[in-house]
Amino acid sequence: MIKVVDLHKHFGNLEVLKGINKEIKKGDVVAVIGPSGSGKSTFLRCLNRLEEPTKGHVYIAGEDVMDKKVDLNRLREKVGMVFQHFNLFPHKTVLENLMLAPTKVKGMTSEEAKKKAMILLEKVGLKDKAEAYPNQLSGGQKQRIAIARALAMEPHLMLFDEPTSALDPEMVKEVLDVMRSLVDEGMTMVIVTHEMGFAKNVASRVFFMDQGTVLEDGEPTQIFNNPKHDRTREFLEKVLNH
Amino acid sequence: MAYLSVLKGIFIEGNRYMYIVNGLSFSVGVTLLAALIGLTVGVLLAVMRLSHFYPFKNTEKYKKTNPLNLIALWYIDIIRGTPAVVQLMVLANVVFVGNLRNTPIFVVAALAFGLNSSAYVAEIIRAGIEGLDKGQTEASRALGMNYFLTMKEIIIPQAIKNILPALVSEFITLLKETSIVGFIGGVDLLRSANIITSQTYRGIEPLLAVGLIYLIMTSIFTKFMRKVEKGLKVSD
Repeated sequence: MIKVVDLHKHFGNLEVLKGINKEIKKGDVVAVIGPSGSGKSTFLRCLNRLEEPTKGHVYIAGEDVMDKKVDLNRLREKVGMVFQHFNLFPHKTVLENLMLAPTKVKGMTSEEAKKKAMILLEKVGLKDKAEAYPNQLSGGQKQRIAIARALAMEPHLMLFDEPTSALDPEMVKEVLDVMRSLVDEGMTMVIVTHEMGFAKNVASRVFFMDQGTVLEDGEPTQIFNNPKHDRTREFLEKVLNH
Repeated sequence: MAYLSVLKGIFIEGNRYMYIVNGLSFSVGVTLLAALIGLTVGVLLAVMRLSHFYPFKNTEKYKKTNPLNLIALWYIDIIRGTPAVVQLMVLANVVFVGNLRNTPIFVVAALAFGLNSSAYVAEIIRAGIEGLDKGQTEASRALGMNYFLTMKEIIIPQAIKNILPALVSEFITLLKETSIVGFIGGVDLLRSANIITSQTYRGIEPLLAVGLIYLIMTSIFTKFMRKVEKGLKVSD
């Protein structure tokens, strides 16, 4: 599904990604963990070229996002993305947020898009908020809407950039529950997260990133119980035992 | 009561109030045309400022040079760095000479104030767009919406909320600024007061009268601006 080849990213003189080579298969649920500044978010944002890689290739379903001839917008339709700060469109209602891209990009009729949107709102448990504006919602509700908005494009792959980091603690669960239901449906997902419990219990693979490289890649039980690298062990000790 | 007949003598006798009426229509006309020019050129300048046009990206030295942005920036710096009255007089006495000598003062004035205002309008628009959360663009692009769709559906509707009150404020400034048009011989509201003074030897009353008219006009627009601001806040 995704193949990353020799991915580099520099911000000026700062080398954020130092050559990443990874393959992610269909149905994989990858949790990307690691200390701040290790390049987790940059890695994720390079996958749909929201961040411009300095060097390397990212193949999504066989197409290279770095290829100038590839229609990036068409490729992005298939890659849903959920942000830390939700980024809902504040001037549009919840329903309009969900219907916008399907009607404008995919050419769905508004009846189709509305029907689809209502099904998705039901799925994230917010059917009654269809006519609300984003500022009338709690953080957890906003993030569930943001997930529904991404799903409205019927993506083959979902990217999550710290989806629960901006939430009040009591709202984390409702968002994780929605994500868990996506995992159950077999969605391919890449999740940058600090929720170690979620990474351990829900992910099928864990990437531990440190200083711009994926230092360790393995099943959650192996990474959490028996990390190969001292850096991983050190990090996990810090985040788990406090 | 006696003073009332003095006022009557100043403004009513000899239909002198018509100077004020004509001056007012000149001022308002120049302001409207200048605002139109200012908005048009201002949008163009803002687009230049916001553009990502790097024609020399293959050369090492100029790879980060955006000529459109540079030109717009020079223009804006020159306009904002010199007094409007200087720009007005340069346009009238340096540019509109020779064959252009007979261009109506109304047109020269509107062009001068319009070009002056455009620099401010451009910066208002640019700031309104750049002030938006970058996440809005990212979310839109991540959904597969292209640049123009993102601008039309996401950025511009939100930027207008930031921009509109500042634009009304710029319009008010413009309205007052046109009072310097006397420097190139335009007979505007302020000049009409001078004419009445020269005919009646009364300096204070005509001046206060036009001051009051300016105040009334700006108050109307200020009120309108506050209403707009309030209306925009509701959906925030």
